[in-house]
Amino acid sequence: MNAVVVAPILVPILTAAVLLMVRSRTAQRILSFGAIAISLASALTLVREVIIRDGAVVSRLGNWPGDVAITLVADRLAVAMVVISLVVLAAVLVFAIGQGSGDERSPFYYPAYLILAGGVSQAFLAGDLFNLFVAFELLLMASYVLLTLEGTREQIRSGTTYVVLNVVESLLLLFAVGLIFAATGTVNMAELPARLAELPDGVQLGLNLLLLVAFGIKAAVFPLFFWLPDSYPTSPSSVTAVFAGLLTKVGVYAMLRTETLLFPGGQMTLLIVVSGLTMIIGLLGAISHSHMKRILSFHIVSQIGYMVMGIAIATELAIAATIFYLIHQIPVKASLFLVEGIVEHETGSSSFDKVGGLVRRSGTLAFLFLVPALSLAGLPPFSGFLAKLSLVQAGFTAQQYVIISVALFGSLLTLISMIKIWTGVFWGEVEPAVPVERVGVLRHHRTMAAATWALVGVTIGVSVFGGWLFDFSMDAARDIVDPMIYVRAVMGS
Amino acid sequence: MSVAYLVIIAVLFATGSYMLMHRSLTRITLGVVMLSNGINVLIVATSSRPGEPPIVGADGAITDPVPQALVLTAIVIGFAIVAFMLALVWRSWTLSGDDQVEDDVEDRRLASESTGNFKKSGSTHHEDVAT
Repeated sequence: MNAVVVAPILVPILTAAVLLMVRSRTAQRILSFGAIAISLASALTLVREVIIRDGAVVSRLGNWPGDVAITLVADRLAVAMVVISLVVLAAVLVFAIGQGSGDERSPFYYPAYLILAGGVSQAFLAGDLFNLFVAFELLLMASYVLLTLEGTREQIRSGTTYVVLNVVESLLLLFAVGLIFAATGTVNMAELPARLAELPDGVQLGLNLLLLVAFGIKAAVFPLFFWLPDSYPTSPSSVTAVFAGLLTKVGVYAMLRTETLLFPGGQMTLLIVVSGLTMIIGLLGAISHSHMKRILSFHIVSQIGYMVMGIAIATELAIAATIFYLIHQIPVKASLFLVEGIVEHETGSSSFDKVGGLVRRSGTLAFLFLVPALSLAGLPPFSGFLAKLSLVQAGFTAQQYVIISVALFGSLLTLISMIKIWTGVFWGEVEPAVPVERVGVLRHHRTMAAATWALVGVTIGVSVFGGWLFDFSMDAARDIVDPMIYVRAVMGS
Repeated sequence: MSVAYLVIIAVLFATGSYMLMHRSLTRITLGVVMLSNGINVLIVATSSRPGEPPIVGADGAITDPVPQALVLTAIVIGFAIVAFMLALVWRSWTLSGDDQVEDDVEDRRLASESTGNFKKSGSTHHEDVAT
């Protein structure tokens, strides 16, 4: 057993248990930030260990032998995801403390937040399908609580859709895991590739599609995305930022694992069609709305399409591009929602007919929006450009010209909808009702501004260290494109 | 696997899926209960051969403990989900007097903008509430 691997899962969950007994808000804030910080530190140690070993760090709970134990596998892909998620979780936590309103007042906010953090880490580190299912349940339960914490009518309405859809997704996942166990006699992801390959083609296809539908609902791909733009806009931005940054990406990660490790090269055409439709439908939804939070929610959907495109092409370069896309996307998406949170906190709304002219009130806030927005649209020199470029290159190598043109057209639509937010929220006249002393928006929200700056700094960092991170993604892709590397890492030692 | 298992699984899946289709959250919750238990029975029925209890010192062929551990976890998780959904039903009941799953207001506004008329669909659709 390796404490560094277990810490990102156990520290947040155990702290959450303690927090339920601590009702002082200051103590809750300090303890939860401490828990995230400790998890992040151990995740960073894990990165170092993985790079030094040039391979996965495997931890068997209770030191049972390999085929019996519950294994946690920290390969390059997993540790990269854990680190970037914990960075986002830390920044959003600070933002929520700074906002200090609504949800954050509830004694259950921080425990739920920490359980979400533990669940996300567990999903990335899980070495067997059932553990992955449990991790999904953990983070989903926490997300149900966070989404409906205020208990207003609007939150209950959208929360109901979210809960029912995700419960159905969980049931499908459990069903798939049960059938896989029945067919192969194991749920260990290192043993599954060999045993799945022995099954008849029809059974393989059925199991693969069941898993894809389950993860597809979680990742919000077309046609299973409709719950997302429905439920995300009603929760406060500190919650939406984490959901937007992390939850759908956990679905993408699970898809990436199953499509490379368990069913390599299975469903290329299906996934390509799905990815193209996800991009376009998500963007059309974004363009049709005139409400910043709703536009951003639809953007989550369209960006998932790009990652699914990489999974579909499934060459080493395409997988590397997908991994880099994930690393780039998580902080970008979260920081956009944080900017939206500041706008909403200051003006009481983020609908275009109620806000305007924010650039006159705070140029810095406009800058904080502009950097991740341009990165999302894929303009150089930001990380989104590198991510999209490598995806398109992978598409050219695989001669998938249709999906490339859809992806590039999608970038254009992304830019258009970002311009729509820019003209709607930041340009135009300041409402006359705003008193002069409220002009510098960020001066009144120092903690929230600091958290947003930190995340925007991370997105700039992803651009600056893009070369190194892309090399890392290439190594990570090499590790997972060949399932034998994963199998040897878990079973061999 | 005996036919009794098959029949139980089929009945639980069928009724569970049917209940899921309703607009009343109470029925959806009942559907979730049936479906998740259907899946639990499926895991137990398909993945282990009957045998001695898997305790150290048992003589003869023991049954595989893994599916039982899986199902036990799944039952606990299912229980938590149902508890949360019942809380949602209660909250929805105290807020609006019923437990119907409503449509998104913003969606309906957009749809009415494009078609020109505001159709109040869905939320007016009532059925026997099973509370």
